[in-house]
Amino acid sequence: MVALAALGLVPVLVRREDVLNLGVVFLLSVALAQSWNVVAGLAGQVNLGHAAFFGLGALVTRSLWVGGTPIAPAMVVGAAVATAAGVALGLVAFRLRGAYFAIGTLALAEILRLSVGNVLSEISTLPAATIAGYRLTSRYYAALGLALGSVLVVTALVVSRLGLGMQAVREDEAAAQASGVGALGVKLQAVAVSTCLAGLAGGLFAYYHISYYPQHPFSPTWTFDAVLVTFIGGVGTVHGPVLGAAFYVLLKEYLAVRWVDAHLLIFGALFVVIVLLLPGGLVEAGQRLSQRLARGVAPSPGP
Amino acid sequence: MRIVFQQLVLGLLLGGLYGLAAAGLSLIFGVLKVLNVAHGELIMVGGYAAFWLAAGLGLDPFLALLGVIPLTATLGLALYAGLFGFVVRFDEDTRVKNSLLVSFGLALTLHALAVRLWTADERSIPTTYGGQTIAVGGLVVPLARLGSLGVAFALIGLTHLFLVRTRWGHAIRATAEDWEAALLQGIDVRRAYLLAFAIGTGLAGAAGCLVAVGYSISPAIGLEWTLKALIVVVLAGLGSLFGTFVGGLVLGVAEAASALTFGGPYREVVGLVLFFCVLIARPQGLFGRG
Repeated sequence: MVALAALGLVPVLVRREDVLNLGVVFLLSVALAQSWNVVAGLAGQVNLGHAAFFGLGALVTRSLWVGGTPIAPAMVVGAAVATAAGVALGLVAFRLRGAYFAIGTLALAEILRLSVGNVLSEISTLPAATIAGYRLTSRYYAALGLALGSVLVVTALVVSRLGLGMQAVREDEAAAQASGVGALGVKLQAVAVSTCLAGLAGGLFAYYHISYYPQHPFSPTWTFDAVLVTFIGGVGTVHGPVLGAAFYVLLKEYLAVRWVDAHLLIFGALFVVIVLLLPGGLVEAGQRLSQRLARGVAPSPGP
Repeated sequence: MRIVFQQLVLGLLLGGLYGLAAAGLSLIFGVLKVLNVAHGELIMVGGYAAFWLAAGLGLDPFLALLGVIPLTATLGLALYAGLFGFVVRFDEDTRVKNSLLVSFGLALTLHALAVRLWTADERSIPTTYGGQTIAVGGLVVPLARLGSLGVAFALIGLTHLFLVRTRWGHAIRATAEDWEAALLQGIDVRRAYLLAFAIGTGLAGAAGCLVAVGYSISPAIGLEWTLKALIVVVLAGLGSLFGTFVGGLVLGVAEAASALTFGGPYREVVGLVLFFCVLIARPQGLFGRG
């Protein structure tokens, strides 16, 4: 948290554009992973159609912004549309459990991606006047604000009544229902928070990029990135997605210099290992390590 | 009118491959209760195996099938030993969820590996009869694709015979029905799992080989084929391989029909919409025996 806030100083200290761009990519990755973490990590609903809401946020924000609306209200509207779509999806898809929810949402996101690609096939480029006034630092601070906000939201959720309800649903839906947690309501609120953050992240994407194909933010790779980052860091934890994003973005950048696209090879394999052997990700690994160290320093208890 | 029938025939030919692709997935899901979303990537690997057998040894792609099926089945054995064998130890709910995650990671890995090894280019296997067609009542039927449909049907028939006629086939079906009861009957459930998984990946490899002959392969085709196979499995239900094959034909024709009605770019959408509707309409009975 403090470390993230300290990133606010980066644009003052460093003037290099590549560092700032890497920062934006990292912060965007934190926000997107954290948004996925709410619905999948806390509430246990593996939503593989997450890119749809990122894409919707980007689409709506971009259209409004290019149409003359200031960026902040445009992002709010984008997030609102994404949230509405998320709740609508939830009402339908929460009839499905576990893996069926996952493949159902994946199919839905693909429908949306293909349709957007068919309707809007032309590249979206900012008007020349906007490009002339393009300021990287303002993008950086917007991304930082969003990343901080998403971490705050998850931090607050974890200890709140709603967050506890989500975790109860994740562990055992029938038991949660029996103890008075309205499972559907809780899941709908989880998907609302999650898709709202994803919509904002999409809006940021639209604000950051000068030109891209409207279909691109709908690509399932955005979902996959969020899944990888969250799992590598530690699914269902507050710090996991931040840690995962730092690890993911830095290693990806490092590998990209040497071998293009090799990062997916490494992260895919790492993901499998984590699911099978270390379900708590880097956060759990860190805890185990510090426990072991503490035990090593303290006199070991007798047999 | 002739164009309409022509498109429907082409859809039917492609649908046979959908059916073959789905048969492997259906077998693995039905027996192991493991959802392998890397199935499309296994199809892709099968396609490349066929491509290199054809390019390196000059084999006819239909002959290369004899090499591709054992190769991909062996890959299946390795994947089961290294990954899915751990997943089947969980109870059924956790099994489905964990297998989804594990195979998702596997899919990413195989895709990235394929790009590194074979570049992202599209390829297909050239054959001397590649351009040949036969005319049936004014309709043009590409010879290679017709052959693929026949091979797909034959492979499904063989697998069916194996399941119905042989001792191990019985063991696999008993395990699919109720693995605990099967275990009590003295069936080696682990071996039945292993065998079913290997057959499923072998069928995926065969499908990949046929895709490489009549159509084209690239490292990126995995997700698309996984989705097609999932759609067919959801449409057809579990339990009958011929039902799965028919489900594939239905999807192929439905895609062709929607391409004719709404325009080419929407051909992918119809299957997904169908899939989602069936999924929502039968949330419990989705993969119910049928």
